[in-house]
Amino acid sequence: MTLSPTVPSLSGIAKRAGQSAASLHTPLKIDVDRLNFYYGEKRALDGISIQIRSNLVTAFIGPSGCGKSTFLRTLNRMNDIIPGTRVEGKVEIDGQSIYDSGVDVVALRRRVGMVFQKSNPFPKSIFENIAYGLRINGLTKSKAEMAERVEESLRQAAIWDEVKDRLQESALALSGGQQQRLCIARALAIRPEILLMDEPASALDPIATQRIEELIYDLKKTYTIVIVTHNMQQAARVSDFTAFFWLGRLVEFDRTDKMFTAPAEKLTEDYVTGRCG
Amino acid sequence: MRKHVDLLFQIVSLTTLIVALAALGALVYDIFTDGASRLSWTFLTNIASRNADEAGVYHALMGSIWVIALTGALALPVGVAAAIYLEEYGTRSRIARFIELNISNLAAVPSIIYGLLGLGLFVRLMGMGQSVMAGAATLALLALPVVILSTREALRTVPGTIREGSYALGATKWQTIWNQVLPMALPGILTGLILSLSRAIGETAPLITIGALTYIPFAPDSVWSKFTVLPIQIFNWVSRPQAEFKTNAAAGILVLLALLLTMNAVAIIARDRSQRQGRA
Repeated sequence: MTLSPTVPSLSGIAKRAGQSAASLHTPLKIDVDRLNFYYGEKRALDGISIQIRSNLVTAFIGPSGCGKSTFLRTLNRMNDIIPGTRVEGKVEIDGQSIYDSGVDVVALRRRVGMVFQKSNPFPKSIFENIAYGLRINGLTKSKAEMAERVEESLRQAAIWDEVKDRLQESALALSGGQQQRLCIARALAIRPEILLMDEPASALDPIATQRIEELIYDLKKTYTIVIVTHNMQQAARVSDFTAFFWLGRLVEFDRTDKMFTAPAEKLTEDYVTGRCG
Repeated sequence: MRKHVDLLFQIVSLTTLIVALAALGALVYDIFTDGASRLSWTFLTNIASRNADEAGVYHALMGSIWVIALTGALALPVGVAAAIYLEEYGTRSRIARFIELNISNLAAVPSIIYGLLGLGLFVRLMGMGQSVMAGAATLALLALPVVILSTREALRTVPGTIREGSYALGATKWQTIWNQVLPMALPGILTGLILSLSRAIGETAPLITIGALTYIPFAPDSVWSKFTVLPIQIFNWVSRPQAEFKTNAAAGILVLLALLLTMNAVAIIARDRSQRQGRA
């Protein structure tokens, strides 16, 4: 993982990522060392080691079933709720192991927010969807503060203007793209440090997808973002670092521009050029 | 050939359905012709009497309302709590599976057995006497298996993505269940409650067993009052030799049917409202 001179990009896809040239000097946020993960007897992740840096966008790419979503879900211990799963190895966030026995999983998930592949708004009003996380965590003291935080997160997720006149309406009446941005707003409301996104745009049309991507670009000023995608153009457009997964292993992890123009591994090259996967 | 079998099967199914509905229709018609003439406001407000034309169902109607309301109030929280434990907390443990098996068995136990249990446990051991409380507790035991089974069914229909969404925001398991899962499961839970209370309101045997078949000259005024209920009043009238009391029994059955339908209607409205709130 050395800083290589910027290779002239084939289609300009790496331009944005190239803008954060100082990326290697940002502090370490997530440190994973030889992580194995099992569904029952089946090993789904095999010796994953990766270092994710603060205030950058890291993309996980790879074919379906390669373990990228499973790995994402180990970072906020979301796999805990699936019976029969097991983790080996080390995951540290800000130097603290998150799989130690004394770790408060609820507090961990408050720090590590998540947006899912399929938008999953609660069947409640738009306001209540955002307010829920604030309420259960006791983050606001007054109604006015609650309203303020709701507005703030809806603005951050670039959906405020579309919903400000109908906050009391059902979230299920929103379009698919709006629902997904609502879910992003919901995750942002509790001010996490890390935002995990599991193929957040896979069910959306190109315009809605573009809005989500612009949003990701804005959000990385405040958050460390990890995004799973099987759309390689998307990975190239939004991320600073890219990790390529294949059959439960991490094949290559490097700066996005390098991954897409001069990957070190033959397998990575075949995948990003569409010859396999 | 296959088409003929298909058609034959359709005809057989339809015939069975018509026979079943016709039997029910005939029954209701028969009761209605017997008892409709006796129905009046005074029949509802008069108390039991030795003279058939002066006798009314007031005490029994009030008794039924008291008992069934209390049965619901007891069976709902206990049943829902048990279902939440089995479905959300204990699904994989051996003890949970053991409890589960026994709940299914309980649903098939004859109601008179519950009556005997109620007599021994509530009336005698816990000293509740022949009170509304003892009757409702007995009927709540009877209703519990169905409430538990249908609540589990309803909890299972709540999509996993909603639970995940809640956990991802730093919600505890209980916060997730209370704020997201239960509200979404509520319509299904209420349906189960309606079904089991509908069965309980018509039960006679367990209440006779705990000693509710006595002349009660007053309506209940607390859960510790003695009581009688409509099915017992009807049973009482049917067993009299005079024809006039048979008419009273038929009219009593109509009152019981009306109470049942009203209760179901209220529950269905409540269910639809909570369903709509879920979407609103």
